[in-house]
Amino acid sequence: MERHFEKDLEELKERLLWMGSLAERAVHQAIHSVLDADEKLARTVLDEEPAINELQLEIDDRVVQLLALYQLMAADLRFVLAVARINNDLERIGDQAVNIAQSGQRIVRHPRVKPYVDLPRMSELAEEMMRDSLNALVRKDVDLAKEVLKRDDQVDQLRDQIFRELLSYMMGDSAVVFAAFELILVAKNLERIGDHATNIAEDVIYMVVGSDVRHSAPDRR
Amino acid sequence: MAASARQVFAKENPMTSVPPIPIGASKETAQDLPLRMKVTDLNFYYGKVQSLFKVNLNIATNRVTALIGPSGCGKSTLLRTFNRMHETLAHTRLTGQILLDGDDILRQDVTRLRRRIGMVFQRPNPFPKSIYDNVAYGLRVNGHKGSLNEAVEHSLRRAALWEEVKDRLNKSAYGLSGGQQQRLCIARALAVDPEVLLLDEPCSALDPISTAKIEELLIQLKENCTIVIVTHNMQQAARVSDFTAFMLTGELVEFNPTPQLFTTPTDPRTEAYITGRFG
Repeated sequence: MERHFEKDLEELKERLLWMGSLAERAVHQAIHSVLDADEKLARTVLDEEPAINELQLEIDDRVVQLLALYQLMAADLRFVLAVARINNDLERIGDQAVNIAQSGQRIVRHPRVKPYVDLPRMSELAEEMMRDSLNALVRKDVDLAKEVLKRDDQVDQLRDQIFRELLSYMMGDSAVVFAAFELILVAKNLERIGDHATNIAEDVIYMVVGSDVRHSAPDRR
Repeated sequence: MAASARQVFAKENPMTSVPPIPIGASKETAQDLPLRMKVTDLNFYYGKVQSLFKVNLNIATNRVTALIGPSGCGKSTLLRTFNRMHETLAHTRLTGQILLDGDDILRQDVTRLRRRIGMVFQRPNPFPKSIYDNVAYGLRVNGHKGSLNEAVEHSLRRAALWEEVKDRLNKSAYGLSGGQQQRLCIARALAVDPEVLLLDEPCSALDPISTAKIEELLIQLKENCTIVIVTHNMQQAARVSDFTAFMLTGELVEFNPTPQLFTTPTDPRTEAYITGRFG
Protein backbone atom coordinates (compact mmCIF):
# COMPACT_ATOMS: atom_id res chain seq x y z
CA MET A 1 0.00 0.00 0.00
CA GLU A 2 1.42 3.35 -0.95
CA ARG A 3 1.46 5.85 1.92
CA HIS A 4 1.05 9.56 1.40
CA PHE A 5 4.31 10.41 3.16
CA GLU A 6 6.32 8.55 0.52
CA LYS A 7 5.93 11.59 -1.67
CA ASP A 8 7.51 13.70 1.09
CA LEU A 9 10.44 11.28 1.40
CA GLU A 10 10.97 11.42 -2.35
CA GLU A 11 10.88 15.21 -2.31
CA LEU A 12 13.43 15.25 0.51
CA LYS A 13 15.79 13.12 -1.55
CA GLU A 14 15.36 15.39 -4.57
CA ARG A 15 16.14 18.49 -2.51
CA LEU A 16 19.26 16.84 -1.12
CA LEU A 17 20.43 15.81 -4.58
CA TRP A 18 19.82 19.29 -5.88
CA MET A 19 21.95 20.63 -3.03
CA GLY A 20 24.58 18.05 -3.95
CA SER A 21 24.65 19.23 -7.56
CA LEU A 22 25.07 22.85 -6.43
CA ALA A 23 27.91 21.85 -4.11
CA GLU A 24 29.61 19.83 -6.87
CA ARG A 25 29.38 22.73 -9.24
CA ALA A 26 30.73 25.12 -6.60
CA VAL A 27 33.79 22.93 -6.02
CA HIS A 28 34.44 22.55 -9.74
CA GLN A 29 34.16 26.27 -10.42
CA ALA A 30 36.18 27.21 -7.36
CA ILE A 31 39.12 24.98 -8.19
CA HIS A 32 39.12 26.22 -11.78
CA SER A 33 39.12 29.80 -10.58
CA VAL A 34 42.50 28.90 -9.02
CA LEU A 35 43.90 26.72 -11.80
CA ASP A 36 42.84 29.11 -14.58
CA ALA A 37 43.34 32.32 -12.57
CA ASP A 38 39.74 33.20 -13.35
CA GLU A 39 38.48 35.94 -11.05
CA LYS A 40 34.98 35.97 -12.53
CA LEU A 41 34.56 32.29 -11.80
CA ALA A 42 35.61 32.89 -8.21
CA ARG A 43 32.98 35.62 -7.95
CA THR A 44 30.32 33.22 -9.28
CA VAL A 45 31.08 30.72 -6.54
CA LEU A 46 30.69 33.38 -3.87
CA ASP A 47 27.42 34.64 -5.36
CA GLU A 48 25.90 31.19 -5.58
CA GLU A 49 26.75 30.03 -2.06
CA PRO A 50 23.59 31.40 -0.38
CA ALA A 51 21.50 28.91 -2.37
CA ILE A 52 23.38 26.01 -0.75
CA ASN A 53 22.81 27.50 2.71
CA GLU A 54 19.11 28.05 2.03
CA LEU A 55 18.76 24.42 1.05
CA GLN A 56 20.45 23.31 4.26
CA LEU A 57 17.85 25.17 6.30
CA GLU A 58 14.99 23.86 4.22
CA ILE A 59 16.19 20.26 4.36
CA ASP A 60 16.64 20.39 8.13
CA ASP A 61 13.13 21.78 8.43
CA ARG A 62 11.74 18.95 6.32
CA VAL A 63 13.67 16.36 8.33
CA VAL A 64 12.24 17.57 11.63
CA GLN A 65 8.72 17.56 10.24
CA LEU A 66 9.03 14.09 8.74
CA LEU A 67 10.34 12.65 11.99
CA ALA A 68 7.64 14.35 14.09
CA LEU A 69 4.68 13.61 11.87
CA TYR A 70 5.19 10.17 10.45
CA GLN A 71 6.79 7.92 13.11
CA LEU A 72 9.26 6.62 10.54
CA MET A 73 10.79 3.22 11.10
CA ALA A 74 13.64 1.09 9.77
CA ALA A 75 14.84 2.10 6.30
CA ASP A 76 12.71 5.26 6.24
CA LEU A 77 14.12 6.39 9.60
CA ARG A 78 17.71 5.65 8.59
CA PHE A 79 17.18 7.46 5.31
CA VAL A 80 15.97 10.64 7.01
CA LEU A 81 18.78 10.55 9.58
CA ALA A 82 21.33 10.00 6.81
CA VAL A 83 19.89 12.95 4.89
CA ALA A 84 20.22 15.14 8.00
CA ARG A 85 23.91 14.27 8.25
CA ILE A 86 24.67 14.50 4.53
CA ASN A 87 22.95 17.90 4.55
CA ASN A 88 25.64 19.21 6.90
CA ASP A 89 28.49 17.71 4.91
CA LEU A 90 27.21 19.31 1.71
CA GLU A 91 26.96 22.69 3.39
CA ARG A 92 30.52 22.36 4.65
CA ILE A 93 31.64 21.41 1.14
CA GLY A 94 29.99 24.62 -0.03
CA ASP A 95 32.00 26.54 2.57
CA GLN A 96 35.22 24.86 1.44
CA ALA A 97 34.41 25.83 -2.15
CA VAL A 98 34.02 29.43 -1.03
CA ASN A 99 37.39 29.26 0.73
CA ILE A 100 38.99 27.94 -2.45
CA ALA A 101 37.34 30.69 -4.50
CA GLN A 102 38.61 33.34 -2.08
CA SER A 103 42.11 31.93 -2.46
CA GLY A 104 41.51 32.14 -6.20
CA GLN A 105 40.70 35.83 -5.92
CA ARG A 106 43.90 36.47 -3.99
CA ILE A 107 46.17 34.24 -6.05
CA VAL A 108 45.23 35.97 -9.29
CA ARG A 109 47.33 38.97 -8.26
CA HIS A 110 50.54 36.92 -8.18
CA PRO A 111 52.53 35.12 -10.87
CA ARG A 112 52.03 31.37 -10.96
CA VAL A 113 54.38 29.59 -8.54
CA LYS A 114 54.83 26.47 -10.70
CA PRO A 115 52.96 24.45 -13.28
CA TYR A 116 49.96 22.84 -11.58
CA VAL A 117 50.27 19.07 -11.63
CA ASP A 118 49.19 17.62 -8.30
CA LEU A 119 46.51 20.16 -7.58
CA PRO A 120 44.41 19.29 -10.67
CA ARG A 121 44.83 15.59 -9.86
CA MET A 122 43.77 16.15 -6.28
CA SER A 123 40.74 18.20 -7.29
CA GLU A 124 39.68 15.56 -9.81
CA LEU A 125 39.88 12.92 -7.12
CA ALA A 126 37.91 15.00 -4.63
CA GLU A 127 35.24 15.82 -7.22
CA GLU A 128 34.98 12.15 -8.20
CA MET A 129 34.58 11.16 -4.57
CA MET A 130 31.75 13.67 -4.19
CA ARG A 131 30.04 12.55 -7.36
CA ASP A 132 30.33 8.86 -6.53
CA SER A 133 29.14 9.27 -2.95
CA LEU A 134 26.00 11.04 -4.20
CA ASN A 135 25.52 8.45 -6.94
CA ALA A 136 25.81 5.78 -4.26
CA LEU A 137 22.99 7.55 -2.42
CA VAL A 138 20.76 7.63 -5.50
CA ARG A 139 21.41 4.01 -6.44
CA LYS A 140 21.63 2.77 -2.82
CA ASP A 141 24.96 1.29 -3.92
CA VAL A 142 26.93 0.12 -0.88
CA ASP A 143 29.85 -1.15 -2.99
CA LEU A 144 30.30 2.23 -4.64
CA ALA A 145 30.16 3.91 -1.23
CA LYS A 146 32.85 1.57 0.11
CA GLU A 147 35.01 2.37 -2.89
CA VAL A 148 34.79 6.08 -2.09
CA LEU A 149 36.06 5.39 1.42
CA LYS A 150 39.20 3.79 0.02
CA ARG A 151 40.12 6.84 -2.06
CA ASP A 152 40.40 9.18 0.93
CA ASP A 153 43.97 8.02 1.62
CA GLN A 154 45.04 9.02 -1.90
CA VAL A 155 43.65 12.51 -1.36
CA ASP A 156 45.49 12.82 1.95
CA GLN A 157 48.73 11.70 0.33
CA LEU A 158 48.40 14.26 -2.45
CA ARG A 159 47.84 16.97 0.10
CA ASP A 160 51.05 15.98 1.92
CA GLN A 161 52.93 15.91 -1.38
CA ILE A 162 51.69 19.37 -2.31
CA PHE A 163 52.60 20.75 1.13
CA ARG A 164 56.15 19.38 0.85
CA GLU A 165 56.68 20.70 -2.64
CA LEU A 166 55.32 24.16 -1.90
CA LEU A 167 57.31 24.40 1.34
CA SER A 168 60.51 23.79 -0.56
CA TYR A 169 59.51 26.45 -3.13
CA MET A 170 58.86 28.95 -0.35
CA MET A 171 62.17 28.17 1.31
CA GLY A 172 63.96 28.65 -2.01
CA ASP A 173 62.32 31.97 -2.98
CA SER A 174 60.50 34.23 -0.52
CA ALA A 175 58.78 36.11 -3.38
CA VAL A 176 56.48 33.14 -3.96
CA VAL A 177 55.30 32.89 -0.37
CA PHE A 178 51.93 34.66 -0.88
CA ALA A 179 50.89 32.52 -3.83
CA ALA A 180 52.33 29.29 -2.43
CA PHE A 181 50.56 29.85 0.87
CA GLU A 182 47.22 30.20 -0.92
CA LEU A 183 47.87 26.95 -2.77
CA ILE A 184 48.59 25.19 0.50
CA LEU A 185 45.23 26.44 1.78
CA VAL A 186 43.52 25.19 -1.37
CA ALA A 187 45.09 21.75 -0.93
CA LYS A 188 43.87 21.73 2.65
CA ASN A 189 40.35 22.69 1.51
CA LEU A 190 40.36 19.89 -1.08
CA GLU A 191 41.45 17.38 1.52
CA ARG A 192 38.52 18.46 3.71
CA ILE A 193 36.17 18.07 0.77
CA GLY A 194 37.46 14.52 0.40
CA ASP A 195 36.71 13.95 4.09
CA HIS A 196 33.17 15.22 3.68
CA ALA A 197 32.64 12.97 0.66
CA THR A 198 33.86 10.10 2.83
CA ASN A 199 31.31 11.05 5.49
CA ILE A 200 28.57 11.01 2.87
CA ALA A 201 29.63 7.54 1.75
CA GLU A 202 29.55 6.31 5.35
CA ASP A 203 26.05 7.72 5.77
CA VAL A 204 24.92 5.96 2.59
CA ILE A 205 26.15 2.64 3.97
CA TYR A 206 24.25 3.29 7.20
CA MET A 207 21.15 4.23 5.26
CA VAL A 208 21.17 1.13 3.05
CA VAL A 209 22.30 -1.64 5.39
CA GLY A 210 22.17 -0.10 8.85
CA SER A 211 25.87 -0.51 9.70
CA ASP A 212 27.65 2.42 11.20
CA VAL A 213 31.14 2.25 9.65
CA ARG A 214 32.35 5.59 10.96
CA HIS A 215 35.78 5.45 12.60
CA SER A 216 36.45 1.89 11.48
CA ALA A 217 39.49 0.88 9.40
CA PRO A 218 38.82 0.57 5.65
CA ASP A 219 39.53 -3.17 5.57
CA ARG A 220 36.98 -3.85 8.31
CA ARG A 221 34.14 -2.10 6.50
CA MET B 1 15.50 33.79 -2.78
CA ALA B 2 13.85 30.93 -4.63
CA ALA B 3 14.55 32.55 -8.00
CA SER B 4 18.28 32.83 -7.31
CA ALA B 5 18.49 29.14 -6.45
CA ARG B 6 16.65 28.18 -9.62
CA GLN B 7 19.02 30.35 -11.64
CA VAL B 8 22.04 28.45 -10.43
CA PHE B 9 20.50 25.05 -11.04
CA ALA B 10 22.55 23.12 -13.60
CA LYS B 11 20.10 21.51 -16.01
CA GLU B 12 22.73 19.20 -17.43
CA ASN B 13 23.26 17.47 -14.15
CA PRO B 14 22.17 13.85 -14.56
CA MET B 15 21.29 13.38 -10.92
CA THR B 16 18.71 16.10 -10.75
CA SER B 17 16.59 15.90 -13.84
CA VAL B 18 13.45 16.79 -11.89
CA PRO B 19 12.53 20.47 -12.01
CA PRO B 20 13.32 22.15 -8.72
CA ILE B 21 10.56 22.72 -6.21
CA PRO B 22 10.42 26.29 -4.89
CA ILE B 23 12.56 26.62 -1.80
CA GLY B 24 10.62 26.87 1.41
CA ALA B 25 7.55 24.64 1.45
CA SER B 26 4.44 26.75 1.82
CA LYS B 27 3.33 27.06 5.41
CA GLU B 28 -0.40 27.53 5.45
CA THR B 29 -2.12 29.02 8.38
CA ALA B 30 -5.84 28.93 8.98
CA GLN B 31 -6.00 32.67 8.35
CA ASP B 32 -4.95 32.29 4.73
CA LEU B 33 -7.55 29.73 3.83
CA PRO B 34 -11.31 29.93 3.23
CA LEU B 35 -13.27 28.68 6.21
CA ARG B 36 -16.05 26.15 5.99
CA MET B 37 -16.99 26.50 9.64
CA LYS B 38 -16.36 29.09 12.28
CA VAL B 39 -16.91 28.61 16.00
CA THR B 40 -17.10 31.73 18.16
CA ASP B 41 -17.18 31.89 21.95
CA LEU B 42 -18.81 28.50 22.33
CA ASN B 43 -19.85 27.47 25.83
CA PHE B 44 -21.53 24.12 26.37
CA TYR B 45 -23.41 22.74 29.35
CA TYR B 46 -24.58 19.28 30.33
CA GLY B 47 -27.27 20.41 32.77
CA LYS B 48 -25.49 22.70 35.20
CA VAL B 49 -22.03 21.38 34.39
CA GLN B 50 -20.09 23.44 31.91
CA SER B 51 -17.91 21.32 29.66
CA LEU B 52 -16.76 23.71 26.93
CA PHE B 53 -15.37 27.12 27.81
CA LYS B 54 -15.30 29.94 25.27
CA VAL B 55 -14.07 27.87 22.36
CA ASN B 56 -13.03 29.75 19.23
CA LEU B 57 -12.07 27.63 16.24
CA ASN B 58 -11.77 27.97 12.46
CA ILE B 59 -12.32 24.93 10.28
CA ALA B 60 -10.59 25.42 6.94
CA THR B 61 -12.33 24.25 3.78
CA ASN B 62 -11.08 21.02 2.22
CA ARG B 63 -8.54 20.38 4.94
CA VAL B 64 -8.36 17.86 7.76
CA THR B 65 -8.64 19.39 11.22
CA ALA B 66 -7.89 17.12 14.17
CA LEU B 67 -9.11 17.58 17.74
CA ILE B 68 -6.78 15.95 20.27
CA GLY B 69 -6.55 15.92 24.01
CA PRO B 70 -6.84 13.64 27.03
CA SER B 71 -10.05 11.81 27.90
CA GLY B 72 -12.76 14.15 29.07
CA CYS B 73 -11.24 17.25 27.48
CA GLY B 74 -14.39 17.98 25.49
CA LYS B 75 -13.23 17.09 21.99
CA SER B 76 -16.15 14.75 21.24
CA THR B 77 -18.55 17.21 22.86
CA LEU B 78 -17.24 19.93 20.58
CA LEU B 79 -17.48 17.71 17.51
CA ARG B 80 -21.08 16.84 18.24
CA THR B 81 -22.14 20.47 18.36
CA PHE B 82 -21.08 20.84 14.72
CA ASN B 83 -24.07 18.89 13.47
CA ARG B 84 -26.22 19.48 16.55
CA MET B 85 -25.99 15.87 17.69
CA HIS B 86 -25.95 17.18 21.24
CA GLU B 87 -29.67 17.90 20.82
CA THR B 88 -30.32 14.16 20.98
CA LEU B 89 -29.41 14.38 24.67
CA ALA B 90 -31.64 16.00 27.26
CA HIS B 91 -30.57 19.04 29.27
CA THR B 92 -27.79 20.22 27.02
CA ARG B 93 -27.35 23.86 26.25
CA LEU B 94 -24.92 25.95 24.32
CA THR B 95 -24.15 29.63 23.92
CA GLY B 96 -22.03 31.25 21.26
CA GLN B 97 -22.09 30.81 17.53
CA ILE B 98 -21.33 28.07 15.04
CA LEU B 99 -21.36 29.11 11.39
CA LEU B 100 -21.41 26.88 8.34
CA ASP B 101 -20.47 28.89 5.25
CA GLY B 102 -21.38 31.99 7.17
CA ASP B 103 -24.83 30.75 8.27
CA ASP B 104 -25.71 30.05 11.89
CA ILE B 105 -26.33 26.30 12.18
CA LEU B 106 -28.74 26.78 15.07
CA ARG B 107 -31.10 28.64 12.78
CA GLN B 108 -31.17 25.95 10.09
CA ASP B 109 -33.39 22.91 9.71
CA VAL B 110 -31.50 20.24 11.59
CA THR B 111 -32.22 17.43 9.11
CA ARG B 112 -30.94 19.49 6.20
CA LEU B 113 -27.92 20.45 8.31
CA ARG B 114 -27.09 16.82 8.98
CA ARG B 115 -27.10 16.16 5.25
CA ARG B 116 -24.49 18.85 4.78
CA ILE B 117 -22.49 17.68 7.79
CA GLY B 118 -22.13 13.91 7.95
CA MET B 119 -20.83 11.88 10.85
CA VAL B 120 -18.95 8.64 11.35
CA PHE B 121 -18.70 7.12 14.80
CA GLN B 122 -16.16 5.13 16.71
CA ARG B 123 -17.85 1.78 16.40
CA PRO B 124 -18.82 0.92 12.83
CA ASN B 125 -22.62 0.99 12.82
CA PRO B 126 -23.94 -0.15 9.45
CA PHE B 127 -27.67 -0.58 9.18
CA PRO B 128 -28.96 -4.17 9.36
CA LYS B 129 -29.38 -4.11 5.60
CA SER B 130 -27.45 -5.03 2.51
CA ILE B 131 -24.32 -3.16 1.55
CA TYR B 132 -26.22 -1.54 -1.31
CA ASP B 133 -29.13 -0.46 0.87
CA ASN B 134 -26.83 1.01 3.50
CA VAL B 135 -25.54 3.47 0.96
CA ALA B 136 -28.83 3.91 -0.91
CA TYR B 137 -30.88 4.58 2.23
CA GLY B 138 -29.89 8.23 2.62
CA LEU B 139 -30.27 8.79 -1.11
CA ARG B 140 -33.78 7.37 -1.14
CA VAL B 141 -34.85 9.34 1.92
CA ASN B 142 -33.66 12.54 0.29
CA GLY B 143 -35.47 11.75 -2.93
CA HIS B 144 -32.43 11.16 -5.08
CA LYS B 145 -33.03 11.83 -8.75
CA GLY B 146 -30.97 9.99 -11.28
CA SER B 147 -29.42 6.53 -11.18
CA LEU B 148 -29.29 5.09 -7.69
CA ASN B 149 -26.85 2.40 -8.84
CA GLU B 150 -24.43 5.01 -10.12
CA ALA B 151 -24.70 7.05 -6.95
CA VAL B 152 -24.09 3.98 -4.77
CA GLU B 153 -21.09 2.95 -6.84
CA HIS B 154 -19.71 6.49 -6.71
CA SER B 155 -19.91 6.59 -2.92
CA LEU B 156 -18.39 3.16 -2.52
CA ARG B 157 -15.54 4.15 -4.83
CA ARG B 158 -14.98 7.36 -2.89
CA ALA B 159 -14.74 5.28 0.27
CA ALA B 160 -12.21 2.94 -1.42
CA LEU B 161 -14.55 -0.01 -0.87
CA TRP B 162 -16.05 -0.64 -4.31
CA GLU B 163 -13.52 -3.22 -5.53
CA GLU B 164 -13.99 -5.27 -2.38
CA VAL B 165 -17.80 -5.33 -2.41
CA LYS B 166 -18.92 -4.87 -6.02
CA ASP B 167 -19.74 -8.55 -6.41
CA ARG B 168 -21.79 -8.81 -3.23
CA LEU B 169 -23.74 -5.60 -2.95
CA ASN B 170 -26.88 -7.43 -1.91
CA LYS B 171 -25.17 -9.26 0.93
CA SER B 172 -25.59 -8.10 4.52
CA ALA B 173 -23.30 -5.35 5.67
CA TYR B 174 -22.65 -7.42 8.80
CA GLY B 175 -20.64 -9.86 6.72
CA LEU B 176 -17.92 -7.26 6.23
CA SER B 177 -14.83 -6.94 8.43
CA GLY B 178 -14.59 -4.10 10.95
CA GLY B 179 -12.45 -1.98 8.66
CA GLN B 180 -14.78 -2.59 5.71
CA GLN B 181 -17.83 -1.77 7.83
CA GLN B 182 -16.26 1.51 8.82
CA ARG B 183 -15.52 2.36 5.20
CA LEU B 184 -19.13 1.45 4.44
CA CYS B 185 -20.23 3.95 7.08
CA ILE B 186 -18.02 6.53 5.40
CA ALA B 187 -19.58 5.65 2.03
CA ARG B 188 -23.02 5.97 3.58
CA ALA B 189 -22.14 9.41 4.92
CA LEU B 190 -20.66 10.46 1.59
CA ALA B 191 -23.68 9.31 -0.41
CA VAL B 192 -25.58 12.55 0.26
CA ASP B 193 -22.50 14.60 -0.70
CA PRO B 194 -21.85 16.41 2.55
CA GLU B 195 -19.63 19.47 2.67
CA VAL B 196 -18.22 18.41 6.01
CA LEU B 197 -17.45 14.98 7.41
CA LEU B 198 -17.11 14.58 11.15
CA LEU B 199 -15.30 11.49 12.42
CA ASP B 200 -15.26 10.60 16.09
CA GLU B 201 -12.30 8.27 16.70
CA PRO B 202 -13.09 6.35 13.53
CA CYS B 203 -10.16 3.92 13.83
CA SER B 204 -10.09 3.08 17.55
CA ALA B 205 -11.85 -0.21 16.96
CA LEU B 206 -9.74 -1.17 13.95
CA ASP B 207 -6.46 -3.00 13.28
CA PRO B 208 -3.39 -1.10 12.00
CA ILE B 209 -3.86 -1.98 8.33
CA SER B 210 -7.52 -0.95 8.28
CA THR B 211 -6.51 2.20 10.13
CA ALA B 212 -3.86 2.97 7.50
CA LYS B 213 -6.38 2.45 4.70
CA ILE B 214 -8.83 4.82 6.31
CA GLU B 215 -6.14 7.42 6.93
CA GLU B 216 -5.10 7.33 3.27
CA LEU B 217 -8.77 7.56 2.35
CA LEU B 218 -9.26 10.72 4.43
CA ILE B 219 -6.30 12.36 2.72
CA GLN B 220 -7.87 11.68 -0.66
CA LEU B 221 -11.34 12.74 0.47
CA LYS B 222 -10.27 16.13 1.70
CA GLU B 223 -9.93 17.33 -1.90
CA ASN B 224 -13.70 17.67 -2.03
CA CYS B 225 -14.73 17.54 1.59
CA THR B 226 -13.86 19.34 4.80
CA ILE B 227 -12.91 16.84 7.48
CA VAL B 228 -12.89 17.14 11.26
CA ILE B 229 -11.56 14.18 13.18
CA VAL B 230 -11.46 13.53 16.89
CA THR B 231 -8.71 11.14 17.89
CA HIS B 232 -7.06 10.10 21.11
CA ASN B 233 -4.19 8.80 18.99
CA MET B 234 -2.07 11.88 18.49
CA GLN B 235 0.23 10.09 16.06
CA GLN B 236 -2.80 9.68 13.85
CA ALA B 237 -3.48 13.40 14.09
CA ALA B 238 0.15 14.03 13.13
CA ARG B 239 -0.03 11.70 10.12
CA VAL B 240 -3.32 12.77 8.71
CA SER B 241 -4.30 16.31 9.62
CA ASP B 242 -3.43 19.74 8.27
CA PHE B 243 -4.47 21.57 11.44
CA THR B 244 -4.62 20.33 15.01
CA ALA B 245 -6.53 21.68 17.98
CA PHE B 246 -5.35 20.61 21.42
CA MET B 247 -8.01 20.68 24.13
CA LEU B 248 -7.79 20.39 27.88
CA THR B 249 -10.68 20.40 30.41
CA GLY B 250 -13.05 22.05 28.00
CA GLU B 251 -10.68 24.72 26.78
CA LEU B 252 -9.01 25.06 23.43
CA VAL B 253 -5.39 25.38 24.48
CA GLU B 254 -3.68 25.55 21.13
CA PHE B 255 -4.67 25.53 17.49
CA ASN B 256 -1.95 25.47 14.85
CA PRO B 257 -0.90 23.90 11.56
CA THR B 258 -0.07 20.30 12.38
CA PRO B 259 3.65 20.42 11.47
CA GLN B 260 4.09 23.38 13.77
CA LEU B 261 2.09 21.97 16.68
CA PHE B 262 4.04 18.73 16.67
CA THR B 263 7.50 20.26 16.27
CA THR B 264 7.30 23.61 18.11
CA PRO B 265 4.05 23.87 20.07
CA THR B 266 3.41 27.32 21.48
CA ASP B 267 1.83 26.20 24.77
CA PRO B 268 3.76 24.19 27.40
CA ARG B 269 0.63 22.12 28.10
CA THR B 270 0.55 21.03 24.47
CA GLU B 271 4.22 20.12 24.68
CA ALA B 272 3.61 18.10 27.86
CA TYR B 273 0.77 16.19 26.18
CA ILE B 274 2.44 15.40 22.87
CA THR B 275 5.72 14.33 24.50
CA GLY B 276 3.78 11.89 26.66
CA ARG B 277 4.61 13.68 29.89
CA PHE B 278 1.07 14.65 30.67
CA GLY B 279 -0.69 13.13 33.66
